[in-house]
Amino acid sequence: MAWLVVRLAISVSLLYAASAVFEDQVGKFDWRQQFIGKVRFALFDTHSQASKKLLVATDKNVFASLNSRTGDLFWRHVDKTGPEGHIDALLMYGQDAVVVVGNGRLLRSWETTVGGLKWETVLDTGSFQAAALVGVQDLVKYVAVLKKSAISLHDLSSGSQIWGENLPDSDSVQYQTIYSGENGLVFVLGIVPNSHIVIVEYKIEDGEIMNKKSVEAAWMSSLESSCAVVSSGILLCVDQITQSLYTLPLQSAEQTEMRQIHLQMLDLEVASGFRPVLTSTQPNPAQPPLSEFFLQLSPDHHILLQFKDGLIALLRDFSPVRTNACSINLFSADTGRKHLDTTIIYHMDPNGGKPNRLYVHAFLKKDDSVGYRVMVQTEDLTLTFLQQPGRVVWMREEALADVVTMEMVDLPFTGTQAELEGEFGKKADGLLPMVLKRLSSQFILLQAWLAHLWKLFYDARKPRSSVKHEVTIDILSRDEFNLQKMMLMVTASGKLFGIDSKSGTILWKQYLENIQPNSVFKLIVQRTTAHFPHPPQCTLLIKNKDTGLGSLYVFNPIFGKKSQISVPTLPRPVLQTLLLPVIDQDYAKVLLLIDDQYKVTAFPSTKNVLQQLQDTASSIFFYLVDSSQGKLSGFRLRKDLSTELIWEVVIPTEVQKIVAVKGKRANEHVHSQGRVMGDRSVLYKYLNPNLLAVITESTDTHQERSFVGIFLIDGVTGRIVHEAVQRKARGPVHFVHSENWVVYVYWNSKFRRNEFSVLELFEGAELYNSTVFSSLDRPHAPQVLQQSYIFPAPINTLEATLTEKGITSRHLLVGLPSGNILSLPKMFLDPRRPELVSEQSREENLIPYAPEMPIREEWFINYNQTVSRVRGIYTAPSGLESTCLVVAYGLDIYQTRVFPSKQFDVLKDDYDYILISSVLFGLFFATMISKRLAEVKLLNRAWR
Amino acid sequence: MIVNDFVCQSGDAVDTDFSGFSVPLEHSFEVDDVPRFRLRGALQLRGGRENSVYLSQNQLSEKDRSTLKDVAAVDGLYRIRVPRVSLQVDRQTERQSEGYLTTFVRACSLVESHLSDVITLHTDVSGYIIGISIVTIPGSCRGIEVEDEVDLEVFNSTISVVAPVTAPAPETAPYIERMEQEMEKKGKNPQEQKSFFAKYWMYIVPLVLFLMMSGAQDQSGGGAGGGAANGGGR
Repeated sequence: MAWLVVRLAISVSLLYAASAVFEDQVGKFDWRQQFIGKVRFALFDTHSQASKKLLVATDKNVFASLNSRTGDLFWRHVDKTGPEGHIDALLMYGQDAVVVVGNGRLLRSWETTVGGLKWETVLDTGSFQAAALVGVQDLVKYVAVLKKSAISLHDLSSGSQIWGENLPDSDSVQYQTIYSGENGLVFVLGIVPNSHIVIVEYKIEDGEIMNKKSVEAAWMSSLESSCAVVSSGILLCVDQITQSLYTLPLQSAEQTEMRQIHLQMLDLEVASGFRPVLTSTQPNPAQPPLSEFFLQLSPDHHILLQFKDGLIALLRDFSPVRTNACSINLFSADTGRKHLDTTIIYHMDPNGGKPNRLYVHAFLKKDDSVGYRVMVQTEDLTLTFLQQPGRVVWMREEALADVVTMEMVDLPFTGTQAELEGEFGKKADGLLPMVLKRLSSQFILLQAWLAHLWKLFYDARKPRSSVKHEVTIDILSRDEFNLQKMMLMVTASGKLFGIDSKSGTILWKQYLENIQPNSVFKLIVQRTTAHFPHPPQCTLLIKNKDTGLGSLYVFNPIFGKKSQISVPTLPRPVLQTLLLPVIDQDYAKVLLLIDDQYKVTAFPSTKNVLQQLQDTASSIFFYLVDSSQGKLSGFRLRKDLSTELIWEVVIPTEVQKIVAVKGKRANEHVHSQGRVMGDRSVLYKYLNPNLLAVITESTDTHQERSFVGIFLIDGVTGRIVHEAVQRKARGPVHFVHSENWVVYVYWNSKFRRNEFSVLELFEGAELYNSTVFSSLDRPHAPQVLQQSYIFPAPINTLEATLTEKGITSRHLLVGLPSGNILSLPKMFLDPRRPELVSEQSREENLIPYAPEMPIREEWFINYNQTVSRVRGIYTAPSGLESTCLVVAYGLDIYQTRVFPSKQFDVLKDDYDYILISSVLFGLFFATMISKRLAEVKLLNRAWR
Repeated sequence: MIVNDFVCQSGDAVDTDFSGFSVPLEHSFEVDDVPRFRLRGALQLRGGRENSVYLSQNQLSEKDRSTLKDVAAVDGLYRIRVPRVSLQVDRQTERQSEGYLTTFVRACSLVESHLSDVITLHTDVSGYIIGISIVTIPGSCRGIEVEDEVDLEVFNSTISVVAPVTAPAPETAPYIERMEQEMEKKGKNPQEQKSFFAKYWMYIVPLVLFLMMSGAQDQSGGGAGGGAANGGGR
């Protein structure tokens, strides 16, 4: 019977927690955008004229096919992160795309129309050098892969190895490139730096070495950067010092010296300090490369040259032109002449970066004229696809594949709402003007309401499809329940985005130039939209990871415009930032920046702010963490904006190192102070807003001795509130710190599984001081309850839902490597879950303890819209208490709403208004009629 | 003079107990709030399985008492510090005395609590002292005048050493045991042998019928009701 009760209790509790999306709700509240990252290789499918495919391989180890008409993804393959999935080379022939992955570990062939894997071969070990398609008699049949010490030839249709040979003298010679022309030979070019070049000829059929020769080239240090093969097997090299070109026919046996051609003879000169680059093109791997080639003489000076009969002729000189718009022209390679009507003027986005790569696809039109399409990649990782005449077909913002941090900001009120709000903000100027003002604003509101009604009526008459919902920045305004917000996203490349949370439309973007690749960003909302007419204000702190030097970028989060406010310069490395609840006269919260000499800079630093800081200095505390020394220290602000050290905790680094420190979120509200127990007594929560959760990992990584340490430290007094050690555990640790609990996930190295652990802090049955919490006056240590559970999946990231007033029950959002986001009710992570069910625990709605945490498919909030490589989840409250906005970002971005306690404050979409109102009206009339009848009856009786 | 006193005491203590050792506990309370640490007492630490600590301290001198009251009047801080040491005796040789661990309490609360403080030393897994904390009981500052100078003479300290607790791992063994017991119980009781359906069909059938009949309305009403119940459960 008890067993039955347990089961019933579990199933009932699950019934409450279960939530899923209805089929017709798909895409209604949520959207997903998929990205690929910075393009490293892009190839147009030239197989057929009508083909729309564009194959790309990126630095995020993604191999994808884009629709060149729309920019959408046909298919995408996301490989492992890091060097294991690194795409070394991408070759395409016909329907096949051959990819070398993981520093020459794997050779894969993909079918380009549907993205299916045709074959995969594991290559021999050795670091990858080059790969090339090899053709025999106008047909490409093989792919050759050059490793540091070996070369192998694979069949293009099956992937089977035809032959593999070790390279001669591979310990002294660096083999770098591979070339194959039409003559049934594969040439491998190697170099002994500053000595000579080695050329080895292999026979395609059986890999027999046909010839091997070495050519003196004492000036050369690298083949790849200074040489190219042009025309029918002519090796062409350029030397910066002697300012000359060298040529050598690869196949000829008699010529053993490179022929020198001075650049002066062509009236050319290499810019001083620049390393010239040669670029040749081989359109068909079964045929020799073109005899025309490019020589780059300075960063923006290119020369088109032609090699013919041992002579080099200049075809065209492309000199730099400096303008704000770029123009793209098509030139004939044979003659160097410009094709008519092929100019595309490409206007650079003033908020974007400079273009740094072009991928051109030229084709013959039906009338035999030349047409082309071009994909431009800019510094800010925007892909722009252009078509003649100068039309932007599509754009992709690939910077969003690497979101670092984000915030959500409320949208501003509409003009009318703002008008009404503004009335309260202004200084009172007499009774009569105030009344007039109120009347006028009420009138405006009435007007707006009528216009709105009219629009509704007008729209309702039109067929649904013709009503377009275009989102522009001008019509953006806060909706009734504040469900639509502005998402601010900061990407690793230094581009900022403002995205509408409802539709995912990019409303503004801003590229910050000169961002170091290893910068750390911190986004701070200093003023929200609530303070009309002051515009909202966000501050981005950009900090160089190496030097620690930072700079501030202040902007308006709604329009993305840079603010004119003067920003303090930060000459010293910034250690910590602190957003105070103190506001200046313009309602901007004060940001304190602490430098490495423990001096404090306030921003904004007006007189008003400094005065307020002086008044409240003794109650402003902050903490610093130095994980290299294991030191946590607390400081207090002095009146002169200097600081004093007040506490210090040192965790010896020989034993464990601090990996993460987290406080609580400032915008978090806790509705109930305690929990009602089964016996109707109250267990009060320990709600310390200054509490820090510090996670450490042991330096000893042996599976029996490794541990994860959890310290709960008060950030004001430095008091260690709780200190626990999770034995036989290892990182990476993900954790959430909220209300009175900390949930962390670790890897159990003994049992080789992921485990969840939850810590809850309670004051006990009595509150020490129920009115206000002060870290300085809380002498009793809290009771700490802890319980652990097995989680049957690895975890990428962890976050908790957040709602306006904190009434709604909390869920944990768990980002899984599969791309799903699990919404796990917090009631499963409750250290008070009893071993044995009792009357009281049932009264409290506690689920009996089970060591394994369930994963239910219906808890996946993103059903089949998986988020690849989810790295972070951001939660924000909405105006509705039941609703929490969620954004998951990684390679993709996914936005949705979650309702942890169901939509208890919202009527369902299919709510029967007509029935309810007809019943109401019916009842109303029935009462009226019966009242009338009763009156008549009374009157009649009185007459009788 | 106080210092001399202390040396005598601690010297005795060290002589009598070999396994323990003593470290100075220093305090500072200044009107200008610039820390100048002086000796408050000596902590006798003893490592081993149960770390124990004993604090021998001196009375506050008259000058100190008046300074403390002055500091309390300006809402200054009363700071204490201990050197970073390890409780493990065998680590004493590699004992690094670089750096201190400091903490503070408001001087007024110390005065108002008549010098009743609770000092806790926190150690890490290997026995290093990583932090110190001090609280007074009561901890509040209500502005009560402490008239009697005698109340501020002797510290009424409680001192303890806290080592990290071991966090629980998932309890699989007791859970399985419990499940087995329940299975056994079930096995013993022949009445329980009947299947769930066979026993409770008379309850289930009407329930299912009821659910089916109310299914249409339940989609809107039931969800909201369930949500509210769940929300209230907090």
